[in-house]
Amino acid sequence: MALIWFCLLALLITGYVLLDGYDLGTGVLHLLVARGDAERRQVMRTIGAVWHGNEVWLLSTGGVLVLAFPALYASSFSGFYLPLMMVLWLLIMRGIALHFRNDVRSALWGQFWDVAFAAASVLLAIFFGVALGNVIRGVPLDAAGDFFLPLWVDFRVSPNAGVLDWYTTMVGVLSLLTLAEHGALWLAYRTDGAVRGRSARIARRLWPALVVMVGAVTWSTFRVQPQVGMNLAAWPWGYAFPVLAIAGLLGVIASLRGGRDDRAFAWCALYIVGMLASAVFGLYPYLLPAIGDPSIGLTIYNAASAPHGLAVALSWFVPGMLLVIAYTVFAHRTMAGRIGVDEGP
Amino acid sequence: MDSALTWDRLQFAFTATFHYLFPQLTMGLALLVFVLMTMALRSGSAHHRHAAAFWTRIFAISFAMGVVTGIPLEFQFGTNWSGFSRYSGGVIGQTLAMEGVFAFFLESTFLGLLLYGAKKLSPRLLWFSALMVFAGSWMSAFFILATNAWMQLPVGQTAGAGGALQLESLGALLTNAWLPWQFLHNMSGAVITGSFVMAGVGAFYLLLGKHEEHGRTYLRLGVIAGAIAACFQIFPSGDEQGRDVAHYQPVTLAAMEGLFETREGAPIVIVGQPDMEARRLDNPIEIPRMLSFLTFRHWAAQVQGLDAFPREDWPDNVPLLYYAYHIMVGLGTIFVAAMLLSVWHLWRGTLFRSRGMLWLLVLLVPFPFIANTAGWLTAELGRQPWVVYGLQRTAQGSSPHVASGNVLFSLIGFAGTYTVLAILFLYLAYRELDHGPAPAPPEAG
Repeated sequence: MALIWFCLLALLITGYVLLDGYDLGTGVLHLLVARGDAERRQVMRTIGAVWHGNEVWLLSTGGVLVLAFPALYASSFSGFYLPLMMVLWLLIMRGIALHFRNDVRSALWGQFWDVAFAAASVLLAIFFGVALGNVIRGVPLDAAGDFFLPLWVDFRVSPNAGVLDWYTTMVGVLSLLTLAEHGALWLAYRTDGAVRGRSARIARRLWPALVVMVGAVTWSTFRVQPQVGMNLAAWPWGYAFPVLAIAGLLGVIASLRGGRDDRAFAWCALYIVGMLASAVFGLYPYLLPAIGDPSIGLTIYNAASAPHGLAVALSWFVPGMLLVIAYTVFAHRTMAGRIGVDEGP
Repeated sequence: MDSALTWDRLQFAFTATFHYLFPQLTMGLALLVFVLMTMALRSGSAHHRHAAAFWTRIFAISFAMGVVTGIPLEFQFGTNWSGFSRYSGGVIGQTLAMEGVFAFFLESTFLGLLLYGAKKLSPRLLWFSALMVFAGSWMSAFFILATNAWMQLPVGQTAGAGGALQLESLGALLTNAWLPWQFLHNMSGAVITGSFVMAGVGAFYLLLGKHEEHGRTYLRLGVIAGAIAACFQIFPSGDEQGRDVAHYQPVTLAAMEGLFETREGAPIVIVGQPDMEARRLDNPIEIPRMLSFLTFRHWAAQVQGLDAFPREDWPDNVPLLYYAYHIMVGLGTIFVAAMLLSVWHLWRGTLFRSRGMLWLLVLLVPFPFIANTAGWLTAELGRQPWVVYGLQRTAQGSSPHVASGNVLFSLIGFAGTYTVLAILFLYLAYRELDHGPAPAPPEAG
């Protein structure tokens, strides 16, 4: 039962990264791809109706974390106190920028919120990568399963680590590049005209850097977290996940060269799924490994709720999420189609 | 760690109080916008359609504020209250996750359609979107109140291995005896806020002589909905909620009423100040035997005072609890009087001409926010010193490793951020009011 919820949690996180990922990527890039107020509005309209629903995936992930793995929720949220508070402020800033940018028709008002939107998106993309890096590397848990991390210490991966070290910073950069690529492909897929051309060009230029970072982070991950190598040795079918990621990356560049930017977006989604699945597979059974002493790490078994609660929750969670997916698809369909520069709201 | 606990509590109190200024408005308006949408669908008139669109825009600004200030609350269960979430996550995780799956997705997806889909959706689908936004926001309240009701009256759980609580019965959790009246009382409080704002805006337009046809529509709807909700707020919902408190948390009732000594035929206090040193109320004005009657429907019934309970089980801030409760009740009574008077004027046909009444309705707009805040202060202070009533003390709920300086830092950060948010909200809401329900709306954001 804990394993099922581990998989559902991974699915929710993946759903969040795929959906809000393109919102964040759009935010990272929109100052570069859109020139002038009309194009900025065009870019905003691609995410206007859907980003809210996308952000709810993060909230639901939080809810499921409390439900299924309360010990993990308690430990990680209090341990990452400082970075999480910053994430909160950034989420507030992004949300406000998206909501209120178009409420006032004034050149300066729009420009101010454009920069706020971009800054919040860049920092959030990095923060989420750093968070993933921390989870892979592990944290200095004590016997009660608690810890408190400073923002940084000396940038080395050691039991004395901070939130930022060389490894987590690398994952942060990879996350920024990944979401920028995802956002560029989203815009190339959803827009028309000059913005579409610029987005596709940026996606092509980002691609080599992305490949280099994927290689570097993969190599480092094997060194930082031995569990990954052990899992692959124990269950060789796990190689399927990195293969998916590589296939996604190759598909992105092949489609871009062929001018099929709608397919490129789907390939990029496959790459992200492959990367996250590889990380989840590599960490199993850990949810939050302990640096130094593997035996006190939080696993899906010692952090899970009792089986009865998990079974009951499964009975409403699955139909509930199917319903959510159904009307999310409906909303995306209603809003589907390329968006031009001069369309109304 | 004592001071960290103080800052943890203050930060949650501050962020939750600020947050709830917005959901009470959106939940109330969600119902009223749905009513306007239904009128638009039935009459097919442009007037109702514009009115619905105008209030949807106000709704959207408030909704945005509610969402961005709501996320910090869900995070704080983990960041500042890890003792609480580790102990009770196996139970409240159910309702928190249900809120996400059943309510948040519904509300935000269909609000996106409502705001952006006006040209792409048929009138019927637009009406359906308004219904889903209303359903989503009220279901969200139901699940979060189920969580709060469990903290007030824990049911459906069992102690698991390692001391943490585990779910025993989801049915018991969702049919908690505390929940029905708390939910109804809270929701009619939200309708009061929504309808006072709507009536206030209508009065504002009539006083200015702008958008007068809209002003009359808003006044009519706001005053009628406000009168119904204000009466329902006191009887039966407030009365029944009070009896729940008396039954399940008698020490809380004693503190709310400022009843220091157990008495037969206990009076109800209208005005008076709790004196914690002398353990009595200074200069009280009372109605004899009324508390006994309200609580037990019997004039001579015995009501337990604070002296019947050990000092360490008293709510830890009796005066604040007492004042919050009395402000709520006092304002609630004024609301009933003001709304009944307005309905009488409406029925006589003099409401739209009476500048005094219109001014009164404009000036009343802030007070439902104060009353709802005071009501939640009563609920939360009344539960003290417990975070899970009778099971976990608040002092055991906070995060053990988060030092007081860190919490103070984030509290100050929230104070600054929320000040900016408040200014933004007022500015944007005022612009929307100033622009008015004209047919060509500015682009929704």
